[in-house]
Amino acid sequence: MISANLSAIFYLVSGVLFILALRGLSSPETSRQGNLFGILGMVIAITVTFLSTGNFSSGFIFVLIFILAGGTIGGFIAYRIPMTAMPELVAGFHSLVGLAAVFVAISAFLNPEAFNLGSPGKIKLGSLIEMSIGAAVGAITFSGSVIAFLKLQGIMSGSPITFKGQHPLNALILITIVVLIYLLCSTQSPNIFWILLLVSFLIGFLLIIPIGGADMPVVISMLNSYSGWAAAGIGFTLENTALIITGALVGSSGAILSYIMCKGMNRSFFNVILGGFGATEEIKSGSNKEQRPVKSGNADDAAFLMKNASSVIIVPGYGMAVAQAQHALREMVDTLKKNDIKVSYAIHPVAGRMPGHMNVLLAEANVPYDEVFELEEINNDFANADVAFVIGANDVTNPVAKSDPQSPIYGMPVLDVEKCKSVLFVKRSLSPGYAGIDNDLFYKENTLMLFADAKKMTEDITKNL
Amino acid sequence: MEIDPLIFRLSIFILSIFVGYYVVWSVTPSLHTPLMSVTNAISSVIIVGAIIAGLSGNSDSIFNTSSIFGFLAIALAAINIFGGFLVTQRMLAMYKKKTKDKK
Repeated sequence: MISANLSAIFYLVSGVLFILALRGLSSPETSRQGNLFGILGMVIAITVTFLSTGNFSSGFIFVLIFILAGGTIGGFIAYRIPMTAMPELVAGFHSLVGLAAVFVAISAFLNPEAFNLGSPGKIKLGSLIEMSIGAAVGAITFSGSVIAFLKLQGIMSGSPITFKGQHPLNALILITIVVLIYLLCSTQSPNIFWILLLVSFLIGFLLIIPIGGADMPVVISMLNSYSGWAAAGIGFTLENTALIITGALVGSSGAILSYIMCKGMNRSFFNVILGGFGATEEIKSGSNKEQRPVKSGNADDAAFLMKNASSVIIVPGYGMAVAQAQHALREMVDTLKKNDIKVSYAIHPVAGRMPGHMNVLLAEANVPYDEVFELEEINNDFANADVAFVIGANDVTNPVAKSDPQSPIYGMPVLDVEKCKSVLFVKRSLSPGYAGIDNDLFYKENTLMLFADAKKMTEDITKNL
Repeated sequence: MEIDPLIFRLSIFILSIFVGYYVVWSVTPSLHTPLMSVTNAISSVIIVGAIIAGLSGNSDSIFNTSSIFGFLAIALAAINIFGGFLVTQRMLAMYKKKTKDKK
């Protein structure tokens, strides 16, 4: 058994290693080392916990069994998961962190002696507050992430579910949670604790159902943040530095990602959270849609245009992930490069269903990361490029965001695709994108629409090159 | 008068938020997905609490209501720890720099 002071120092060390793990992600070269720091930090934290409890009885064996069981499942999932399913995986993992936080809180509530928090019915006030906040946030993270997972997986419709009185109801439930925590602290009643958990599960569910599919990047980042705050809450209860540091890191990380995602859509956080985006606009655009002429072409035309270009910019979006077209795209680009055509990729911050989603898919298809650029880095290059190849993206290329103050996406940063000499737009139909508005780009003089499945079209173009 | 240890923990918490703020802003956008999976893995350090809960039973009864929740939490957190770090490793291994063509 090691002293409390020594173990506290080790927990601090593991907290610092977690900071270094995130620090490593500032560039791909240092990132792998960063991940090792993270693993080391985790090993230290777990080992120190064993040593400080000094309990190597039969219970210890069961702890190891459960770690191994969970670890095997986790390892198996991590090994098998396709990269396109990353958003679902992360949402699923968040739900587990949330649930684990809830379970630890329940355990501490039922047996406070084991955690030095007092005795049942006489739990220290501070610990009880921290514990109930951790449990409530954990429960919200769990049910919210489950809904996000179901929406991303397509088990549940990605369209927003809204009903009358939704926002007042949610506000009422949030107030109820605060009241319940207050009551719990004054009565220490287990019943109130269970009701608190139930209500928190309910609000997590209600908060996420009105949010539509393409707003998932914000939702996932937000739940990421929540899982951090839940961990921090439990960390305060357990007086554990590693948990407090980690909770704060993860909480602020998720918050920053949510902010970046909201900025990428030029929408306020509350606008996203209140949900229902895209549901109302769809009806409007459907009724007064005028028929405008579009030019459509086939793989042959596209290949011809690209063969005669000297530089091509690829704009991937969620549609590429759905069609699993990243490998086909890479093959097309290889062929282009053989013909001495300069190719780069332009990624919008909210392309895909989670932050950095497109980058991972391109990396999977062996696209070197120094050919992939963010919006600010590449936006000026469109004017000098010959061909823009839009594959599976839509709203993020819509020039309306710059020209029409009436448009729901006005002010959103968009890729200046229309400045290219010609634009190839791979899309299955002319249907509007997530925001429910028509894309002006379809009707431009220099746009050629390629109506087909993204993967099939890309393969066909490669054949024709 | 002595300072409540809670204040120290609160200080650590607040300062860590600031550290997190600056560290995460320096993460390159192309690694935002690995950032999410690794933060997910490290937040599972909550397993520390789960282990204490799991070991809370005495030698007569390893399993009581409290320790069972502990064991369940251990399994959940372990899924995240192994899954999170491994999938991050898998993703990061794919990020490659341009190789100079021999041509």
